Amino acid sequence: MSFGERVVLQNCSLEVPEGSIICIIGLSGAGKSTILRLLDGLLLPNSGHVYLHQHDICHIRESQLIEMRTKIGFAFQFAALFDSMTVGENVSLPLREHTTLTEKEIHEIAMHTLDSVGLAHTYHNMPSELSGGMLKRAGFARAVVTNPEMVLYDEPTTGVDPIVTHLLTDTIKRLRKELNSTAVVISHDLQSIYMMADYVAMLFEGAIIAYGTVEEVRKSTNPIVQQFLQGSEVGPIPL
Amino acid sequence: MAQVLREVEESPAAHAVERVSVGVLASIGRRVSDSFEYMGGLTMLTWETLKTILRLRIRFAETLNQCYLLGYQSLIIVLLTSLFTGMVFSLESALTAVQYGFGSFVGGIVSYTVVRELGPMLSAVVVAGRCCAAIAAELGSMEVTEQIEALKSLGLAPVRFLVVPRLLALMIMLPLLTIFADVVGVKGGQWIAYVQAHIGTQDFMASARQTVGFDDVVKGLFKSLIFGIVIAMIGAYEGLTTTGGAAGVGKSATNAVVTCIIVIFILNFIMSYFLYAGA
Repeated sequence: MSFGERVVLQNCSLEVPEGSIICIIGLSGAGKSTILRLLDGLLLPNSGHVYLHQHDICHIRESQLIEMRTKIGFAFQFAALFDSMTVGENVSLPLREHTTLTEKEIHEIAMHTLDSVGLAHTYHNMPSELSGGMLKRAGFARAVVTNPEMVLYDEPTTGVDPIVTHLLTDTIKRLRKELNSTAVVISHDLQSIYMMADYVAMLFEGAIIAYGTVEEVRKSTNPIVQQFLQGSEVGPIPL
Repeated sequence: MAQVLREVEESPAAHAVERVSVGVLASIGRRVSDSFEYMGGLTMLTWETLKTILRLRIRFAETLNQCYLLGYQSLIIVLLTSLFTGMVFSLESALTAVQYGFGSFVGGIVSYTVVRELGPMLSAVVVAGRCCAAIAAELGSMEVTEQIEALKSLGLAPVRFLVVPRLLALMIMLPLLTIFADVVGVKGGQWIAYVQAHIGTQDFMASARQTVGFDDVVKGLFKSLIFGIVIAMIGAYEGLTTTGGAAGVGKSATNAVVTCIIVIFILNFIMSYFLYAGA
Protein backbone atom coordinates (compact mmCIF):
# COMPACT_ATOMS: atom_id res chain seq x y z
CA MET A 1 0.00 0.00 0.00
CA SER A 2 1.50 3.33 -1.00
CA PHE A 3 0.54 7.00 -1.12
CA GLY A 4 2.28 8.48 -4.11
CA GLU A 5 5.87 7.35 -3.92
CA ARG A 6 5.70 6.67 -0.17
CA VAL A 7 5.27 2.97 0.56
CA VAL A 8 3.35 2.54 3.83
CA LEU A 9 2.61 -1.19 3.97
CA GLN A 10 4.70 -3.85 2.29
CA ASN A 11 4.55 -7.63 2.70
CA CYS A 12 2.07 -6.99 5.47
CA SER A 13 0.00 -9.98 6.46
CA LEU A 14 -2.35 -10.01 9.43
CA GLU A 15 -5.12 -12.37 10.45
CA VAL A 16 -7.81 -11.13 12.83
CA PRO A 17 -9.27 -14.05 14.81
CA GLU A 18 -13.06 -13.89 15.04
CA GLY A 19 -14.43 -12.83 18.41
CA SER A 20 -11.14 -11.49 19.76
CA ILE A 21 -9.69 -8.09 20.54
CA ILE A 22 -6.56 -7.51 18.55
CA CYS A 23 -4.43 -4.44 19.20
CA ILE A 24 -2.08 -3.06 16.59
CA ILE A 25 0.91 -1.15 17.92
CA GLY A 26 3.67 0.67 16.13
CA LEU A 27 5.43 3.98 15.67
CA SER A 28 3.51 7.06 14.59
CA GLY A 29 3.14 7.04 10.81
CA ALA A 30 3.84 3.30 10.62
CA GLY A 31 0.57 2.63 8.77
CA LYS A 32 -1.68 1.43 11.62
CA SER A 33 -4.64 3.63 10.64
CA THR A 34 -4.09 2.57 7.02
CA ILE A 35 -4.70 -1.05 8.09
CA LEU A 36 -8.03 -0.04 9.67
CA ARG A 37 -9.07 1.82 6.52
CA LEU A 38 -8.14 -1.20 4.41
CA LEU A 39 -10.25 -3.43 6.65
CA ASP A 40 -13.23 -1.10 6.19
CA GLY A 41 -12.72 -0.75 2.44
CA LEU A 42 -12.13 3.00 2.78
CA LEU A 43 -8.80 2.45 1.07
CA LEU A 44 -7.96 -0.13 -1.56
CA PRO A 45 -4.45 -1.62 -1.65
CA ASN A 46 -2.25 -1.09 -4.70
CA SER A 47 -1.64 -4.81 -4.62
CA GLY A 48 -2.65 -7.65 -2.33
CA HIS A 49 -5.97 -8.66 -0.83
CA VAL A 50 -8.20 -8.00 2.16
CA TYR A 51 -10.49 -10.87 3.06
CA LEU A 52 -13.60 -10.63 5.20
CA HIS A 53 -15.24 -14.01 5.76
CA GLN A 54 -13.34 -15.41 2.76
CA HIS A 55 -14.63 -12.56 0.51
CA ASP A 56 -11.97 -10.38 -1.08
CA ILE A 57 -13.31 -6.88 -0.43
CA CYS A 58 -10.82 -5.34 -2.88
CA HIS A 59 -12.73 -6.73 -5.83
CA ILE A 60 -16.37 -6.14 -4.99
CA ARG A 61 -18.84 -3.60 -6.34
CA GLU A 62 -19.50 -0.30 -4.54
CA SER A 63 -22.98 -1.47 -3.52
CA GLN A 64 -21.49 -4.64 -1.98
CA LEU A 65 -18.88 -2.53 -0.22
CA ILE A 66 -21.61 -0.35 1.28
CA GLU A 67 -23.48 -3.48 2.40
CA MET A 68 -20.28 -4.84 3.92
CA ARG A 69 -19.60 -1.60 5.80
CA THR A 70 -22.92 -1.89 7.60
CA LYS A 71 -21.43 -4.96 9.31
CA ILE A 72 -18.35 -3.08 10.45
CA GLY A 73 -18.31 -0.27 13.00
CA PHE A 74 -15.59 2.36 12.89
CA ALA A 75 -14.78 4.52 15.90
CA PHE A 76 -12.60 7.36 14.65
CA GLN A 77 -9.71 8.90 16.56
CA PHE A 78 -11.50 12.23 17.02
CA ALA A 79 -14.97 10.62 16.97
CA ALA A 80 -15.88 12.34 13.65
CA LEU A 81 -19.44 12.97 14.83
CA PHE A 82 -21.46 15.03 12.36
CA ASP A 83 -21.42 18.47 13.94
CA SER A 84 -24.70 19.58 12.36
CA MET A 85 -26.57 16.79 14.21
CA THR A 86 -27.21 16.11 17.89
CA VAL A 87 -25.50 13.17 19.55
CA GLY A 88 -28.77 11.24 19.39
CA GLU A 89 -29.18 11.94 15.67
CA ASN A 90 -25.59 10.84 15.07
CA VAL A 91 -26.19 7.52 16.81
CA SER A 92 -29.60 7.05 15.16
CA LEU A 93 -28.33 7.78 11.65
CA PRO A 94 -27.15 4.26 10.67
CA LEU A 95 -30.43 2.78 11.95
CA ARG A 96 -32.48 5.40 10.10
CA GLU A 97 -30.61 4.81 6.85
CA HIS A 98 -30.18 1.04 6.90
CA THR A 99 -33.20 -0.36 8.72
CA THR A 100 -36.96 -0.16 8.47
CA LEU A 101 -37.42 0.43 12.21
CA THR A 102 -39.96 2.98 13.37
CA GLU A 103 -38.82 6.29 14.83
CA LYS A 104 -39.83 5.08 18.30
CA GLU A 105 -37.73 1.92 17.96
CA ILE A 106 -34.78 3.88 16.58
CA HIS A 107 -35.00 6.28 19.52
CA GLU A 108 -35.10 3.40 22.01
CA ILE A 109 -32.11 1.60 20.47
CA ALA A 110 -30.06 4.80 20.18
CA MET A 111 -30.88 5.71 23.78
CA HIS A 112 -29.99 2.20 24.97
CA THR A 113 -26.68 2.29 23.08
CA LEU A 114 -25.83 5.72 24.47
CA ASP A 115 -26.74 4.44 27.91
CA SER A 116 -24.34 1.51 27.47
CA VAL A 117 -21.47 4.02 27.10
CA GLY A 118 -22.82 6.22 29.91
CA LEU A 119 -24.09 9.02 27.70
CA ALA A 120 -27.88 8.69 27.69
CA HIS A 121 -28.16 12.22 29.11
CA THR A 122 -26.38 13.71 26.07
CA TYR A 123 -28.97 12.54 23.50
CA HIS A 124 -30.07 16.08 22.68
CA ASN A 125 -26.65 17.72 23.01
CA MET A 126 -24.61 18.89 20.06
CA PRO A 127 -21.14 17.27 19.66
CA SER A 128 -19.51 20.66 20.36
CA GLU A 129 -20.97 20.54 23.88
CA LEU A 130 -19.18 17.28 24.79
CA SER A 131 -15.73 16.74 26.30
CA GLY A 132 -13.04 14.74 24.50
CA GLY A 133 -13.75 11.52 26.40
CA MET A 134 -17.52 11.88 25.93
CA LEU A 135 -17.02 12.47 22.19
CA LYS A 136 -15.02 9.26 21.92
CA ARG A 137 -17.72 7.31 23.77
CA ALA A 138 -20.42 8.84 21.54
CA GLY A 139 -18.29 7.73 18.57
CA PHE A 140 -18.22 4.21 20.05
CA ALA A 141 -22.02 4.29 20.40
CA ARG A 142 -22.48 5.27 16.74
CA ALA A 143 -20.02 2.55 15.67
CA VAL A 144 -21.81 -0.24 17.54
CA VAL A 145 -25.46 0.82 17.28
CA THR A 146 -26.15 -1.58 14.39
CA ASN A 147 -24.58 -4.56 16.25
CA PRO A 148 -21.70 -4.93 13.78
CA GLU A 149 -19.66 -8.11 13.44
CA MET A 150 -16.42 -6.18 13.76
CA VAL A 151 -15.58 -2.84 15.37
CA LEU A 152 -12.48 -0.86 14.43
CA TYR A 153 -11.13 1.59 17.02
CA ASP A 154 -8.62 4.19 15.84
CA GLU A 155 -6.55 5.35 18.83
CA PRO A 156 -9.46 5.32 21.27
CA THR A 157 -7.44 6.40 24.29
CA THR A 158 -5.27 9.09 22.75
CA GLY A 159 -5.59 12.53 24.31
CA VAL A 160 -7.69 11.60 27.35
CA ASP A 161 -6.81 11.42 31.05
CA PRO A 162 -5.96 8.08 32.77
CA ILE A 163 -9.42 7.72 34.33
CA VAL A 164 -11.18 8.19 30.99
CA THR A 165 -8.58 5.88 29.38
CA HIS A 166 -9.58 3.19 31.87
CA LEU A 167 -13.27 3.86 31.22
CA LEU A 168 -12.81 3.67 27.43
CA THR A 169 -10.78 0.46 27.70
CA ASP A 170 -13.49 -1.08 29.86
CA THR A 171 -16.13 0.08 27.39
CA ILE A 172 -14.32 -1.59 24.47
CA LYS A 173 -14.04 -4.86 26.40
CA ARG A 174 -17.68 -4.75 27.50
CA LEU A 175 -19.01 -3.87 24.04
CA ARG A 176 -17.04 -6.71 22.46
CA LYS A 177 -18.58 -9.11 24.98
CA GLU A 178 -22.13 -7.73 24.63
CA LEU A 179 -22.04 -7.68 20.82
CA ASN A 180 -20.06 -10.92 20.54
CA SER A 181 -18.05 -9.13 17.88
CA THR A 182 -14.43 -8.79 16.86
CA ALA A 183 -12.50 -5.65 17.75
CA VAL A 184 -9.40 -4.23 16.11
CA VAL A 185 -7.82 -1.49 18.20
CA ILE A 186 -5.00 0.84 17.33
CA SER A 187 -3.36 2.28 20.38
CA HIS A 188 -0.11 3.57 21.81
CA ASP A 189 -1.33 3.10 25.36
CA LEU A 190 0.43 -0.05 26.50
CA GLN A 191 -1.40 -0.27 29.83
CA SER A 192 -4.79 -0.29 28.16
CA ILE A 193 -3.54 -2.75 25.53
CA TYR A 194 -2.37 -5.14 28.26
CA MET A 195 -5.82 -4.77 29.86
CA MET A 196 -7.95 -5.56 26.85
CA ALA A 197 -5.99 -7.32 24.09
CA ASP A 198 -6.32 -10.98 23.24
CA TYR A 199 -3.68 -10.57 20.57
CA VAL A 200 -1.12 -7.88 19.81
CA ALA A 201 0.49 -7.16 16.45
CA MET A 202 3.41 -4.83 16.04
CA LEU A 203 3.83 -2.95 12.79
CA PHE A 204 7.26 -1.71 11.79
CA GLU A 205 8.42 -0.35 8.43
CA GLY A 206 5.29 -1.57 6.68
CA ALA A 207 5.28 -5.16 7.96
CA ILE A 208 4.03 -7.04 11.01
CA ILE A 209 7.18 -7.94 12.93
CA ALA A 210 5.55 -9.46 16.02
CA TYR A 211 2.22 -11.15 16.58
CA GLY A 212 0.82 -13.16 19.46
CA THR A 213 -0.88 -12.95 22.80
CA VAL A 214 0.07 -10.11 25.13
CA GLU A 215 2.49 -12.34 27.03
CA GLU A 216 4.08 -13.67 23.85
CA VAL A 217 4.70 -10.19 22.48
CA ARG A 218 5.97 -8.91 25.83
CA LYS A 219 8.46 -11.78 25.92
CA SER A 220 9.53 -11.23 22.30
CA THR A 221 13.27 -11.32 21.77
CA ASN A 222 13.00 -8.90 18.85
CA PRO A 223 15.03 -5.81 19.92
CA ILE A 224 12.66 -3.50 18.01
CA VAL A 225 9.65 -4.82 19.95
CA GLN A 226 11.51 -4.55 23.24
CA GLN A 227 12.64 -1.00 22.53
CA PHE A 228 9.07 0.01 21.65
CA LEU A 229 7.54 -1.65 24.72
CA GLN A 230 10.14 -0.13 27.03
CA GLY A 231 9.85 3.28 25.39
CA SER A 232 13.62 3.46 25.20
CA GLU A 233 15.53 5.91 23.01
CA VAL A 234 18.39 3.41 22.72
CA GLY A 235 17.96 0.60 20.25
CA PRO A 236 17.54 -0.28 16.60
CA ILE A 237 14.51 2.00 15.98
CA PRO A 238 15.79 5.14 14.23
CA LEU A 239 14.60 8.32 15.95
CA MET B 1 32.43 27.43 -36.42
CA ALA B 2 31.67 24.06 -34.77
CA GLN B 3 34.17 24.91 -32.04
CA VAL B 4 32.40 28.22 -31.34
CA LEU B 5 28.98 26.54 -31.24
CA ARG B 6 30.24 23.88 -28.82
CA GLU B 7 31.66 26.58 -26.53
CA VAL B 8 28.35 28.46 -26.56
CA GLU B 9 26.41 25.26 -25.78
CA GLU B 10 28.68 24.44 -22.84
CA SER B 11 28.75 27.96 -21.38
CA PRO B 12 27.09 28.55 -17.95
CA ALA B 13 24.65 31.00 -19.57
CA ALA B 14 23.43 28.30 -21.97
CA HIS B 15 22.95 25.88 -19.08
CA ALA B 16 20.99 28.52 -17.14
CA VAL B 17 18.74 29.18 -20.16
CA GLU B 18 18.18 25.43 -20.54
CA ARG B 19 17.30 25.04 -16.85
CA VAL B 20 14.85 27.96 -17.00
CA SER B 21 13.25 26.61 -20.20
CA VAL B 22 12.84 23.15 -18.70
CA GLY B 23 11.43 24.70 -15.53
CA VAL B 24 8.89 26.79 -17.47
CA LEU B 25 7.85 23.81 -19.61
CA ALA B 26 7.52 21.60 -16.52
CA SER B 27 5.41 24.26 -14.80
CA ILE B 28 3.13 24.61 -17.84
CA GLY B 29 2.86 20.82 -18.09
CA ARG B 30 1.96 20.54 -14.43
CA ARG B 31 -0.73 23.22 -14.72
CA VAL B 32 -2.24 21.59 -17.81
CA SER B 33 -2.18 18.20 -16.09
CA ASP B 34 -3.77 19.69 -12.93
CA SER B 35 -6.48 21.38 -15.03
CA PHE B 36 -7.39 18.12 -16.75
CA GLU B 37 -7.40 16.31 -13.41
CA TYR B 38 -9.71 19.00 -11.99
CA MET B 39 -12.09 18.86 -14.94
CA GLY B 40 -12.08 15.06 -14.90
CA GLY B 41 -12.81 14.93 -11.19
CA LEU B 42 -15.54 17.54 -11.45
CA THR B 43 -17.16 15.73 -14.37
CA MET B 44 -17.12 12.40 -12.52
CA LEU B 45 -18.62 13.96 -9.40
CA THR B 46 -21.34 15.66 -11.48
CA TRP B 47 -22.11 12.41 -13.29
CA GLU B 48 -22.29 10.50 -10.01
CA THR B 49 -24.61 13.17 -8.56
CA LEU B 50 -26.92 13.20 -11.58
CA LYS B 51 -27.09 9.38 -11.51
CA THR B 52 -28.11 9.50 -7.86
CA ILE B 53 -30.85 12.05 -8.65
CA LEU B 54 -32.11 9.99 -11.59
CA ARG B 55 -32.38 6.96 -9.28
CA LEU B 56 -34.52 9.21 -7.04
CA ARG B 57 -32.22 8.61 -4.08
CA ILE B 58 -33.03 12.02 -2.66
CA ARG B 59 -33.17 13.21 0.95
CA PHE B 60 -36.12 15.57 0.69
CA ALA B 61 -35.95 17.06 4.20
CA GLU B 62 -32.28 17.94 3.77
CA THR B 63 -32.99 19.36 0.29
CA LEU B 64 -35.63 21.67 1.80
CA ASN B 65 -33.19 22.67 4.52
CA GLN B 66 -30.58 23.53 1.88
CA CYS B 67 -33.22 25.49 -0.10
CA TYR B 68 -33.63 27.62 3.01
CA LEU B 69 -29.91 27.96 3.75
CA LEU B 70 -28.63 28.49 0.21
CA GLY B 71 -31.67 30.11 -1.40
CA TYR B 72 -33.90 31.92 1.04
CA GLN B 73 -30.99 33.31 3.04
CA SER B 74 -29.48 34.74 -0.16
CA LEU B 75 -32.68 36.61 -1.04
CA ILE B 76 -31.91 39.97 0.58
CA ILE B 77 -28.42 40.26 -0.87
CA VAL B 78 -29.65 39.25 -4.35
CA LEU B 79 -32.52 41.78 -4.17
CA LEU B 80 -30.25 44.62 -3.02
CA THR B 81 -27.66 43.89 -5.71
CA SER B 82 -30.28 43.67 -8.41
CA LEU B 83 -32.17 46.77 -7.24
CA PHE B 84 -29.14 49.02 -7.28
CA THR B 85 -27.83 47.57 -10.56
CA GLY B 86 -31.21 48.22 -12.23
CA MET B 87 -31.25 51.70 -10.77
CA VAL B 88 -27.74 52.63 -11.84
CA PHE B 89 -28.32 51.19 -15.32
CA SER B 90 -31.47 53.28 -15.64
CA LEU B 91 -29.67 56.33 -14.25
CA GLU B 92 -26.96 56.05 -16.91
CA SER B 93 -29.30 55.36 -19.81
CA ALA B 94 -32.46 57.38 -19.07
CA LEU B 95 -31.01 60.91 -19.17
CA THR B 96 -28.99 60.22 -22.32
CA ALA B 97 -31.95 58.54 -24.02
CA VAL B 98 -34.25 61.47 -23.21
CA GLN B 99 -31.60 63.92 -24.41
CA TYR B 100 -31.54 62.20 -27.82
CA GLY B 101 -35.31 61.69 -27.95
CA PHE B 102 -35.32 57.94 -27.17
CA GLY B 103 -36.95 58.23 -23.74
CA SER B 104 -39.72 55.85 -24.66
CA PHE B 105 -37.18 53.05 -25.20
CA VAL B 106 -35.63 53.20 -21.72
CA GLY B 107 -38.06 50.65 -20.23
CA GLY B 108 -37.22 48.21 -22.99
CA ILE B 109 -33.47 48.74 -22.71
CA VAL B 110 -33.41 48.32 -18.94
CA SER B 111 -35.72 45.29 -18.74
CA TYR B 112 -34.10 43.64 -21.79
CA THR B 113 -30.67 43.84 -20.18
CA VAL B 114 -31.87 42.90 -16.71
CA VAL B 115 -33.92 39.87 -17.80
CA ARG B 116 -31.42 38.50 -20.31
CA GLU B 117 -28.08 39.23 -18.63
CA LEU B 118 -27.92 41.13 -15.38
CA GLY B 119 -30.61 39.23 -13.46
CA PRO B 120 -29.28 35.71 -14.06
CA MET B 121 -25.60 36.62 -13.90
CA LEU B 122 -25.66 38.96 -10.92
CA SER B 123 -27.78 36.53 -8.92
CA ALA B 124 -25.36 33.74 -9.82
CA VAL B 125 -22.28 35.77 -8.89
CA VAL B 126 -23.80 36.86 -5.57
CA VAL B 127 -24.95 33.31 -4.74
CA ALA B 128 -21.56 31.96 -5.84
CA GLY B 129 -19.80 34.35 -3.47
CA ARG B 130 -22.04 33.36 -0.60
CA CYS B 131 -22.93 29.72 -1.18
CA CYS B 132 -20.07 28.24 -3.19
CA ALA B 133 -17.64 29.26 -0.43
CA ALA B 134 -20.05 27.97 2.22
CA ILE B 135 -20.43 24.58 0.51
CA ALA B 136 -16.67 24.23 -0.04
CA ALA B 137 -15.88 25.25 3.54
CA GLU B 138 -18.53 23.01 5.10
CA LEU B 139 -17.64 19.92 3.08
CA GLY B 140 -13.94 20.75 3.38
CA SER B 141 -14.09 20.92 7.15
CA MET B 142 -16.04 17.64 7.15
CA GLU B 143 -13.29 16.11 5.02
CA VAL B 144 -10.42 17.22 7.26
CA THR B 145 -12.25 16.15 10.44
CA GLU B 146 -12.88 12.64 9.00
CA GLN B 147 -16.66 13.17 8.85
CA ILE B 148 -16.73 12.24 5.16
CA GLU B 149 -14.86 9.01 5.95
CA ALA B 150 -17.28 8.45 8.83
CA LEU B 151 -20.19 8.71 6.38
CA LYS B 152 -18.58 6.14 4.11
CA SER B 153 -17.81 3.85 7.05
CA LEU B 154 -21.51 3.95 7.97
CA GLY B 155 -22.33 2.73 4.47
CA LEU B 156 -23.63 6.12 3.33
CA ALA B 157 -22.57 7.73 0.05
CA PRO B 158 -21.35 11.32 0.54
CA VAL B 159 -22.74 12.22 -2.90
CA ARG B 160 -26.28 11.25 -1.93
CA PHE B 161 -25.96 12.55 1.59
CA LEU B 162 -24.25 15.89 0.95
CA VAL B 163 -23.99 16.82 -2.72
CA VAL B 164 -27.45 15.92 -4.07
CA PRO B 165 -29.41 18.12 -1.60
CA ARG B 166 -27.15 21.11 -2.31
CA LEU B 167 -27.34 20.64 -6.06
CA LEU B 168 -31.11 20.29 -6.08
CA ALA B 169 -31.52 23.28 -3.75
CA LEU B 170 -29.49 25.52 -6.04
CA MET B 171 -31.20 24.19 -9.18
CA ILE B 172 -34.54 25.16 -7.64
CA MET B 173 -33.65 28.32 -5.75
CA LEU B 174 -31.33 30.15 -8.16
CA PRO B 175 -33.98 30.46 -10.92
CA LEU B 176 -36.46 31.60 -8.25
CA LEU B 177 -34.00 34.17 -6.97
CA THR B 178 -33.45 35.30 -10.55
CA ILE B 179 -37.18 35.93 -11.01
CA PHE B 180 -37.13 38.17 -7.93
CA ALA B 181 -33.93 39.83 -9.15
CA ASP B 182 -35.51 40.52 -12.57
CA VAL B 183 -38.61 42.08 -11.03
CA VAL B 184 -36.71 44.21 -8.51
CA GLY B 185 -34.10 45.27 -11.08
CA VAL B 186 -36.76 46.42 -13.56
CA LYS B 187 -38.78 48.15 -10.84
CA GLY B 188 -35.68 49.96 -9.57
CA GLY B 189 -34.89 51.07 -13.10
CA GLN B 190 -38.47 52.22 -13.59
CA TRP B 191 -38.38 54.32 -10.41
CA ILE B 192 -35.08 56.02 -11.32
CA ALA B 193 -36.32 56.64 -14.89
CA TYR B 194 -39.34 58.39 -13.42
CA VAL B 195 -37.41 60.40 -10.81
CA GLN B 196 -34.47 61.40 -12.99
CA ALA B 197 -35.88 61.59 -16.52
CA HIS B 198 -39.62 61.88 -15.84
CA ILE B 199 -40.39 58.81 -17.91
CA GLY B 200 -43.87 57.68 -16.88
CA THR B 201 -44.49 54.26 -15.37
CA GLN B 202 -46.90 53.28 -18.12
CA ASP B 203 -44.47 54.34 -20.87
CA PHE B 204 -41.64 52.46 -19.17
CA MET B 205 -43.67 49.27 -18.75
CA ALA B 206 -45.17 49.47 -22.24
CA SER B 207 -41.69 49.65 -23.70
CA ALA B 208 -40.58 46.77 -21.46
CA ARG B 209 -43.52 44.58 -22.54
CA GLN B 210 -42.88 45.37 -26.19
CA THR B 211 -39.18 44.50 -25.97
CA VAL B 212 -38.97 41.55 -23.58
CA GLY B 213 -40.68 38.33 -24.62
CA PHE B 214 -41.58 35.29 -22.55
CA ASP B 215 -38.74 33.38 -24.23
CA ASP B 216 -36.24 35.95 -22.91
CA VAL B 217 -37.41 35.23 -19.37
CA VAL B 218 -37.24 31.47 -19.93
CA LYS B 219 -33.74 31.69 -21.43
CA GLY B 220 -32.60 33.81 -18.47
CA LEU B 221 -33.99 31.20 -16.08
CA PHE B 222 -32.29 28.42 -18.06
CA LYS B 223 -28.99 30.24 -17.53
CA SER B 224 -29.73 30.39 -13.80
CA LEU B 225 -30.36 26.68 -13.72
CA ILE B 226 -26.96 25.99 -15.29
CA PHE B 227 -25.30 28.49 -12.94
CA GLY B 228 -26.94 26.70 -10.00
CA ILE B 229 -25.39 23.42 -11.12
CA VAL B 230 -21.99 25.07 -11.56
CA ILE B 231 -22.05 26.67 -8.09
CA ALA B 232 -23.12 23.47 -6.32
CA MET B 233 -20.73 21.17 -8.13
CA ILE B 234 -17.62 23.38 -7.91
CA GLY B 235 -18.30 24.06 -4.22
CA ALA B 236 -18.84 20.35 -3.53
CA TYR B 237 -15.81 19.23 -5.54
CA GLU B 238 -13.50 21.74 -3.87
CA GLY B 239 -14.86 20.72 -0.47
CA LEU B 240 -14.57 16.98 -1.02
CA THR B 241 -10.99 17.27 -2.30
CA THR B 242 -9.80 19.43 0.59
CA THR B 243 -6.51 18.45 2.20
CA GLY B 244 -4.30 20.13 4.76
CA GLY B 245 -6.40 21.09 7.77
CA ALA B 246 -7.79 24.55 8.45
CA ALA B 247 -5.51 26.20 5.89
CA GLY B 248 -6.74 23.71 3.30
CA VAL B 249 -10.37 24.58 4.07
CA GLY B 250 -9.67 28.28 3.54
CA LYS B 251 -7.85 27.52 0.30
CA SER B 252 -10.71 25.36 -0.95
CA ALA B 253 -13.29 28.06 -0.19
CA THR B 254 -11.25 30.72 -2.01
CA ASN B 255 -10.56 28.43 -4.98
CA ALA B 256 -14.23 27.51 -5.17
CA VAL B 257 -15.41 31.13 -5.38
CA VAL B 258 -12.72 32.23 -7.84
CA THR B 259 -13.21 29.22 -10.13
CA CYS B 260 -16.97 29.47 -9.90
CA ILE B 261 -17.13 33.17 -10.83
CA ILE B 262 -14.74 32.69 -13.76
CA VAL B 263 -16.79 29.72 -15.03
CA ILE B 264 -20.03 31.69 -14.63
CA PHE B 265 -18.70 34.56 -16.78
CA ILE B 266 -17.39 32.20 -19.46
CA LEU B 267 -20.58 30.11 -19.51
CA ASN B 268 -22.71 33.27 -19.59
CA PHE B 269 -20.97 34.34 -22.78
CA ILE B 270 -21.27 30.90 -24.36
CA MET B 271 -24.95 30.56 -23.46
CA SER B 272 -25.76 34.11 -24.59
CA TYR B 273 -24.04 33.37 -27.88
CA PHE B 274 -26.05 30.23 -28.53
CA LEU B 275 -29.34 31.39 -27.01
CA TYR B 276 -29.50 34.92 -28.41
CA ALA B 277 -27.04 35.28 -31.29
CA GLY B 278 -29.19 33.16 -33.58
CA ALA B 279 -32.28 35.13 -32.59
